[in-house]
Amino acid sequence: MSTPTKSRPAPPETDPPGDSTRLVRGSLPRRASWGALGAATLVAAVVAALTGFSVTLFVLLVVVLYTAGMYVWSRSAEGRRKAADRAFTSVVTSAFLIALTPLISVVITVISRGAERFDGKFFSYSMRGVVGDGGGAYHAITGTLITSGLATLMSVPIGLATAVYLVEYGRGRLAKSITFFVDVMTGIPSIVAGLFAYALFTLVFGAGTINGFAGAVALSVLMIPIVVRSSEEMIKLVPDDLREAAFALGTPKWKVILRVVLPTAVAGISTGVTLAIARVVGETAPLLIATGTTASTNFNPFSGQMATLSVFSYYEYASPGVPPEPYLARAWTAALTLMLIVMVLNLVARSISLFFAPKTRS
Amino acid sequence: MSSIGQDAVQGRRARKRPADQAFRGITTGAGVLILVVLAGVAAFLLIEAWPAFVAPAEEIPGEGGLVLYIWPLVFGTLLAAALALVLAAPLAVLIALFITHYAPRRLAQLLGYVIDLLAAVPSIIYGLWGFTVLAPATLTPTGWLAENLGFIPLFAGPASTTGRTMFTTALVLAVMILPIITAVIREAFLQTPKLYEEAALALGATRLEMIRTAVLPFGGSSILSGSMLGLGRALGETMAVAIVLSASGGITFNLISSGNPATIAANIALEFPESSGVAIDALIASGLVLFAITLVVNMIARAVINRRTDFSGAS
Repeated sequence: MSTPTKSRPAPPETDPPGDSTRLVRGSLPRRASWGALGAATLVAAVVAALTGFSVTLFVLLVVVLYTAGMYVWSRSAEGRRKAADRAFTSVVTSAFLIALTPLISVVITVISRGAERFDGKFFSYSMRGVVGDGGGAYHAITGTLITSGLATLMSVPIGLATAVYLVEYGRGRLAKSITFFVDVMTGIPSIVAGLFAYALFTLVFGAGTINGFAGAVALSVLMIPIVVRSSEEMIKLVPDDLREAAFALGTPKWKVILRVVLPTAVAGISTGVTLAIARVVGETAPLLIATGTTASTNFNPFSGQMATLSVFSYYEYASPGVPPEPYLARAWTAALTLMLIVMVLNLVARSISLFFAPKTRS
Repeated sequence: MSSIGQDAVQGRRARKRPADQAFRGITTGAGVLILVVLAGVAAFLLIEAWPAFVAPAEEIPGEGGLVLYIWPLVFGTLLAAALALVLAAPLAVLIALFITHYAPRRLAQLLGYVIDLLAAVPSIIYGLWGFTVLAPATLTPTGWLAENLGFIPLFAGPASTTGRTMFTTALVLAVMILPIITAVIREAFLQTPKLYEEAALALGATRLEMIRTAVLPFGGSSILSGSMLGLGRALGETMAVAIVLSASGGITFNLISSGNPATIAANIALEFPESSGVAIDALIASGLVLFAITLVVNMIARAVINRRTDFSGAS
């Protein structure tokens, strides 16, 4: 850095580039971060190779070297504030990438391990009389559909009616306490919901009554608050103009709600319901307690235990036979099927809100 | 919101339509039903757990009475959830910042979807993954910790040979609650008024300083409420813990040995199918305790969130 004479500060336009008059702060070259990243990778690779290669050590070294290197370089050239900013950018980005690693690992593991038994037999056979290899999860898939379907049938009317009450009628203490307790209900642990269904059915129908319907009741406890919250948000979005126009035509309030408000909000409500189904379809703990499991197909939710995909997956893993490989393969395929169901439900929910939402003009 | 119709009808003293009355009654009934269900959850659990409260101490599993049975479970539950929260919360803040203020906008929206999707992945999948992939992967680090940092009680060792430790459990729980906490914080950070951010940048602030002066003061309380929601989820998580943790009971802060305290939820899932009589009542009693703990945590979280919505109306 050349030092110009103090008495005669040169006018900036005549200054050759690089001659610092300190009118502007220096800054790193545009590709500085890539260069630094490359250097950090090189050094880390050398260190990792010398100490015996380990991926974790290598990644950590790259992150630390890059962050520290950029900080020091930027601090000398750009000053403290810019340097802190650059270091923080690096920390945020690497935190994001680090957090992504386990999540990607989960997806890859489920797909690669679940692919082994992802065949026609898995979806068309039950486990009745099956020991060792073979068999399928037909009975568990139907069970999952039945319990989630029943739970949806119970949750949607109750949840939707509550949402209508909260938006259209609710005033005062009752509405406030319902809002508060719906929020609290969102946080009920799923196993507690299962215990509740078990306790309820034990008291009403006698000890040890576990069947598909009890599982559906447990799932409803988890599902109702989700439906209420999302429907409430959607009904609130319906413009008051629509309601007022209908009232002005002399329409009774119940008809305004059923014919104007709900049809306007139906896309958002369906999205919310679909996401709620996606939330409960993979629940294991409540079904483990309230629905149990069985090896055969059971279409009757009111009598006898019923297998579901999640519980099936759990028991195949938890109590495998000898040799354990076919059991573990079935557990992973059941998990993969569950994950696919959840993803499809999520995509369906997104497309509903994308394609069927009322067109808004601003 | 729509009190206009109601007022108009009442103001003119129009005839009360029976259909209106009925509709109002139905919707109100649904709301009340929810309160009844929540009360029912507490009441039925209490009724079914009651025999365990009055049973002689020898009949409770472990033969030491109900309190001695539940206390180690409470300890394990709190320890696992707290560790998971300590690991996940700072990461969640950074991820939310990355998505809202660092990532390119198109990528940010996609990432938002992915985060929501990950929050919906069933817990049994995380459990199977933790058991199959993560537990073996922790063997080397825990071995190193036991050798070099063994003087810290947390890493006293000897390191477990299966990896199914409290350490692994906390990691799995952290991975599970990360999308949930991130979603809450991201939502709040997105609502930071653009004017504040642009004002900070116009005054010459770097991006870090803009975040410190505009984003964090505005969305800071969401970190607390998001963490509380994540904590509630971690406290009640059942299957992942049941699959990953090899529990042997007892109370210890040693995270990496093969002797780990169990958690309430996992203990219920593991013991329930094979239990009968007073053992089931004791399990339900432990479920009641879990219900109470999560209820308190969620109430605090909601109180924080509600206070924030009161504030943000002004901006």
